[in-house]
Amino acid sequence: MKSENTHITDALVIGAGLAGERAAIEAALAGHEVIILSLVPPRRSHSTAAQGGMQASLGNCCKGEGDSPDVHFADTVKGSDWGCDQDVARLFVELAPVAVRQMDFWGVPWNRVEAGPRTLADGTVIHESSEKHMLITARDFGGTAKWRTCYTADGTGHTLQYTMDSIVVKLGITVHDRMEAIALIHDGTRCYGAVTRCLRTGELHTYISKATVIATGGYGRLYGASTNAVINQGTGMTIALNTGVVPLGNMEAVQFHPTGIVPSWILITEGARGDGGYLLDKNEHRFMPDYEPVKKELASRDVVARRMMLHMRKGFGVESKYAQHLWLDIRHLGEKHINTNLREIANICRNFNGIDPVHQLIPVRPTQHYSMGGVRTNIDGAARGLKGLLAVGESACWDLHGFNRLGGNSLAETIVGGMVVGQYLADFLSGAEFEYPAKLVEDFLKQQQDRIDKVIQNGSGEDVFQLRRTMEETLLEKVGIFRKGKDLEEAVETLRDLYHRSLNVSLKSKGGTRGPNPELAAALRLPGMLKLALCISYGALTRTESRGSHFREDYPKRDDVNWLKRTLATWEENKDLPTLNYESIKISELPPGDRGYGEAARGD
Amino acid sequence: MSRMLSFEIFRYNPNEPKVKPRMQQYSLDETDGMTLFVALNRIREEQDPSLMFDFVCRAAICGSCAMLVNGKPKLACRTLAKDMPNKITLMPLPVFKLVGDLSVDTGTWFRGMNLKTESWIHTERRFDPKACELPMSNEDALKIYEADRCIECGCCIAGCATANIREDFLGAAGLNRIARFMVDPRDERKNADYFEVVGTDEGAFGCVGLMACDDNCPMELPLQMQLSFVRRKMAMHGLGIKR
Repeated sequence: MKSENTHITDALVIGAGLAGERAAIEAALAGHEVIILSLVPPRRSHSTAAQGGMQASLGNCCKGEGDSPDVHFADTVKGSDWGCDQDVARLFVELAPVAVRQMDFWGVPWNRVEAGPRTLADGTVIHESSEKHMLITARDFGGTAKWRTCYTADGTGHTLQYTMDSIVVKLGITVHDRMEAIALIHDGTRCYGAVTRCLRTGELHTYISKATVIATGGYGRLYGASTNAVINQGTGMTIALNTGVVPLGNMEAVQFHPTGIVPSWILITEGARGDGGYLLDKNEHRFMPDYEPVKKELASRDVVARRMMLHMRKGFGVESKYAQHLWLDIRHLGEKHINTNLREIANICRNFNGIDPVHQLIPVRPTQHYSMGGVRTNIDGAARGLKGLLAVGESACWDLHGFNRLGGNSLAETIVGGMVVGQYLADFLSGAEFEYPAKLVEDFLKQQQDRIDKVIQNGSGEDVFQLRRTMEETLLEKVGIFRKGKDLEEAVETLRDLYHRSLNVSLKSKGGTRGPNPELAAALRLPGMLKLALCISYGALTRTESRGSHFREDYPKRDDVNWLKRTLATWEENKDLPTLNYESIKISELPPGDRGYGEAARGD
Repeated sequence: MSRMLSFEIFRYNPNEPKVKPRMQQYSLDETDGMTLFVALNRIREEQDPSLMFDFVCRAAICGSCAMLVNGKPKLACRTLAKDMPNKITLMPLPVFKLVGDLSVDTGTWFRGMNLKTESWIHTERRFDPKACELPMSNEDALKIYEADRCIECGCCIAGCATANIREDFLGAAGLNRIARFMVDPRDERKNADYFEVVGTDEGAFGCVGLMACDDNCPMELPLQMQLSFVRRKMAMHGLGIKR
């Protein structure tokens, strides 16, 4: 390997979305050298696509009056169906307001309170206080007792990411984009960096670091219909799982967002319902109040998604040549509101569906959206199993979200998590002793080179895209919103078979495999994606209860006696299934109870 | 019967310099609601897995997929096949360094622009985690957001005559970025601070007024207005007019 392909740094951060960049900033501010790797230029990260907002209990707008970290804490724990780590949730809610204000200080143009009366979509008139005039305002989101979601129109992720990256540029932090980490370098107890493949040249690189942070986001693209960006293939989770010693937590906890637009599955923000939008069925009847009289369209996402699926099962879905769907109606919010506060989604409707939401209904259906599970870490971000490895954001199981994440808590987690984990990273680096493990680095590099050569030289084998499609369809059909034992067993069997076949892929682009060949990239990722798919399905099969987004039709109740615990999946060498272990969930403040919405509240 | 679309796509892999740049033909049946995102992925998966192109969000939010579609810079993800003629020619964006086929390196260009324009809030204040945020009018916040909506896709740069001729031109994206910080009350820079960067041919005075940027911007940013705004400020500074 060329010497310029070897890089040595204090901290290696894999992923340049909000969580990775925030952690990198913290380490850089403490004087450490940081290199950030990213599949794409940082401002193209999936964080940018977050529309709705970021929860923090500032309590500035009148509908947020009386809000506090305590109220935010209770909402988050109930939302998680008591699956979250309450110490993490407590730390998070206390820091979220600081995070919002720091992002303001760095340049995010948060929408502001405008004193005076204002008429809401349902006709109620509210009065914003003059004392709070020009402070950061918030909108309503699902599963929250107060209006707590701070926003910039419906481009919140965009403004946050651009502002965060402006600080990365200002501090001169090195970013190597189009660089994919394909293996962690480790000796079973300590992590020493990563082997990467350059997506410009196809060459392998090694990064040797005192600490390595995984911040690669979710795995949404394992599913055939996902709101996620195409880069969200769980690459960071894969390389952690491949170590054999780092566990992934709660992989069966998969969030489906109520409103993906049909048929491109692009996200229509929860802000559309938060701002007063309705869900209608084929008779244009607003059905959510029938199921959820109190929270209506704004129960937590898992509950709304299930109610929608149930309503379609009852025959109230709208038929289309793609999938059955329901309608999202925002017409009554008015042209001005739609074209300012919901402009990006209005553009999506116009550009992709030829619909003007000012006058027309939007076809929506619950769509895979978020991975609550991920690399299991301690409260400070240290990954279990390997010293010197950290994880943050959606790729981590910190565990703020348990079995269901509240809307607006993911952007908040990226930044608050980035602050907390970045702080730990900085402290860890200051005390870290380090010896360059030359032999280990060579071994790992050779392993990856051999793996690549084997794929390229394989004369006859499987088609990577075909296998991937089968995986996507299997998860979508059998490991979706409603799950049952039989489907899950079938899914596990199909995925196991696919996993074995994925080790025998041969490339169709013969002769043209030099450089950043996209088929080779897909072939290298697929076995890891199937491992993640198996962690999800096998975890879901084994968990014989319903909690948050994990809903078993054959076990429809939450079972705190047997299942108030977190799944930990590890992958042993030469196995085709994960090993599942469980740890109990510590209840430090709020004992399990009724969420106040959803099936339990109505006894059905 | 669905329409057969004929694609003519630029091919060149800088890692295989012996194979010269060329145009390659592909045919594909049009499906309902087909975008160029769908079409290009089908071509890759069904016909030619070595074809390089960039998509990330496929929702016109991230700015990754700009390319020349029948000669015009556009976001491929939101270009619908039904709005296109039977023959579709795809070329990579000019100005930016070619990664391969339709993929270009916009990231490096934009990081350079952000560095040159120092695209971050300049302030002497220090962040106090215990303090309340500084008040700002919602109107100001919206004005900043308006300019902050740029997704750095590069369409304005690729379509710009000046940017195609001179490498150091900041282009509409750069000038819009300057305007974004000029309207931000939190940024303490004065007109004089911007003058060195923007008050030259590399900046506001390099534009020759063809306004392709304004026509090509997929976010419909008022780039022409932003240019005049920055120019006016720079001209006033240059002439010593204080206001």
